[in-house]
Amino acid sequence: MRRSVTLAWAAILALACAAAAPAAERRIVGAGATFPYPLYSKMFDVYYRQEGVKVNYQAIGSGGGIRQVQSRTVDFGATDAFIGDEEMAAFTGAVLHVPTCLGAVVVTYNLPGGPTLNLAPDVVADIFLGKLTRWDDERIVEANPGVGLPDMGIVVVRRSDGSGTTFIFSDYLSKVSPEWKETVGAGKVVNWPCGLGAKGNPGVAGLVKQLPGSIGYVELVYAVSNGMPVANIRNRSGRFIAPTVESVSQAADTELPDDMRVSITDTGAEGGYPISGFTWVIFYKEQDYAGRTLEQARDLIDLVWWMTHEGQKLAEPLHYARLGEVALRKAETLVRSAVYGGEPMLAGEARPASAAEAGR
Amino acid sequence: MWGTGTVRGGAPATSEAVFERLLHISGAGILALLAVVFVTLLVHSFPAVKDLGAAFLYGRVWDPVGGEHGALPFVLGTLFTSFLALGISMPFSLAISIYLGEYCTEGPFSSFLRSAVDLLAGIPSVIYGFWGLFVLVPLVRSLQIKLGAMPYGVGVFTASLVLAIMIVPYSASLGREVIHLVPADQKEAALALGATRAEVVRKVILPYARSGILAGVLLALGRALGETMAVTMVIGNSNVVPQGLFSPANTMAGVIANEFAEATGSVYLSALVEIGLLLFVVGTAVNILGRRVIKRASVEAA
Repeated sequence: MRRSVTLAWAAILALACAAAAPAAERRIVGAGATFPYPLYSKMFDVYYRQEGVKVNYQAIGSGGGIRQVQSRTVDFGATDAFIGDEEMAAFTGAVLHVPTCLGAVVVTYNLPGGPTLNLAPDVVADIFLGKLTRWDDERIVEANPGVGLPDMGIVVVRRSDGSGTTFIFSDYLSKVSPEWKETVGAGKVVNWPCGLGAKGNPGVAGLVKQLPGSIGYVELVYAVSNGMPVANIRNRSGRFIAPTVESVSQAADTELPDDMRVSITDTGAEGGYPISGFTWVIFYKEQDYAGRTLEQARDLIDLVWWMTHEGQKLAEPLHYARLGEVALRKAETLVRSAVYGGEPMLAGEARPASAAEAGR
Repeated sequence: MWGTGTVRGGAPATSEAVFERLLHISGAGILALLAVVFVTLLVHSFPAVKDLGAAFLYGRVWDPVGGEHGALPFVLGTLFTSFLALGISMPFSLAISIYLGEYCTEGPFSSFLRSAVDLLAGIPSVIYGFWGLFVLVPLVRSLQIKLGAMPYGVGVFTASLVLAIMIVPYSASLGREVIHLVPADQKEAALALGATRAEVVRKVILPYARSGILAGVLLALGRALGETMAVTMVIGNSNVVPQGLFSPANTMAGVIANEFAEATGSVYLSALVEIGLLLFVVGTAVNILGRRVIKRASVEAA
């Protein structure tokens, strides 16, 4: 017994030494959003095999990612909701937001036969406000000729945990419904006027599957990979748009600000799905801090460049929408603006100028 | 690796002293840990205490977007579900205690039953949550349809049912032990006077074991107050004061688990910590209250 204990200790020691040995290995530490986690882990796996730089990414949630960047304990953070001006004031240095891909929030429901519904923005808002309570309401029937809508009450299901998904959804509703903006507003957690809360996308999906007549929202990736019925949403150009990776990418083909801290919900783009949003990696513009070496800073910048270029081809197979041309240009400028000790790191270098080389 | 040399080589007196010191340290460690947890909660909830004041305690609105943080819905949700669960579970745990402590004390069936009850305590709460979601929720929904209530399936009642099952082993195993410890001569005296077995249980065993049974109930209550995962999966997570037996609600532990990861903004984050502090205080208060009840009951019994 004692012998085996000693052996176990020896084994633990050996493991500890083995773990400590390759200290020279280049590694980057990141933390944040869970939404892009499947894509990021794929990206980082490929990147490690190509470039030999290991990226350790912890999907602790966007809020956690922002806090980690603020306390400077990670090389980069990741978030689905950009840091607002008020919050930004609490940061000691400028933080860059580089978009890596787009996600979308889809409206899913449990109706007999699983029809595809067309929903107008005001209808979605009124359902989630608890004002529109029956499926055979004429406002729903009107947009869905030929669909036999049942005489059934609507049960709203929404997220109970703080989430970027809720942020995008409530941000969209704030734009299309003055009443929503007034009484609820946009946030990762909002004061819901009605309905049941469930934890995570699986929680919402599970509850919707169980409750006949229920309606909820989940992210596109989750809905597609689970074959759930999703609604077409009418966008500003008046068309009902089905959520697909293409229509989500198109949602960003619009005017974008230089710092890319932008919400693209209720997009003006003609073929764009209106409940879409970017997800970002965030890091300090000035990379010379807390004893970081130039090599570390360069590794990070190279990684972000790769994610926005070559890495993009990994997005669509996983149902994430890739960056469009406009967003990509802005992202490039942002990555180039990063400095080490005031000196730009990428500006003078030849770089593949567009995603053309990245297998577009 | 360590230990061999000192214990075997050193004089018995030294090893005694070392052992005693170790015990002292671990005892003090528990106290220190408790104090550290309390102080941490206190420090981190300070921004919310300063910003919200007493409104935090009686506020009915939880609106992180608008900056309103009232904890009343969660406090009431926690108390409602916990006490309801206690009420539901008590007849069962008492029956199990009496059966295992008096009627079926030995033999393979008794030990099988005993381990089965203990096993209930070892099931991870997420499993209870899943089971509740897939088995209890549809059952409760069909009940709600029969009663004409809104057929959500999830809500206060479902959460209390799941909790009730989860806390049975806590009160049952302590109850069994104290019932088992009732002196045989007391029971025999009652039997000699012509009491039936049921009368012995009612008139001798229960009064004698009362404080122990109450202690078990309080242990169970403490468990119910803090339970998070299983409850949040079936309670409907509505941040409003519970409207009735079937309405969706939320608990203190539930809102922390749901919202902490994505909470940004110092007052919001700190309000969540303050809920944690409140849970800590409520838990401690229940414990102290419980001890008093036990003390009084045991005085009466003696």
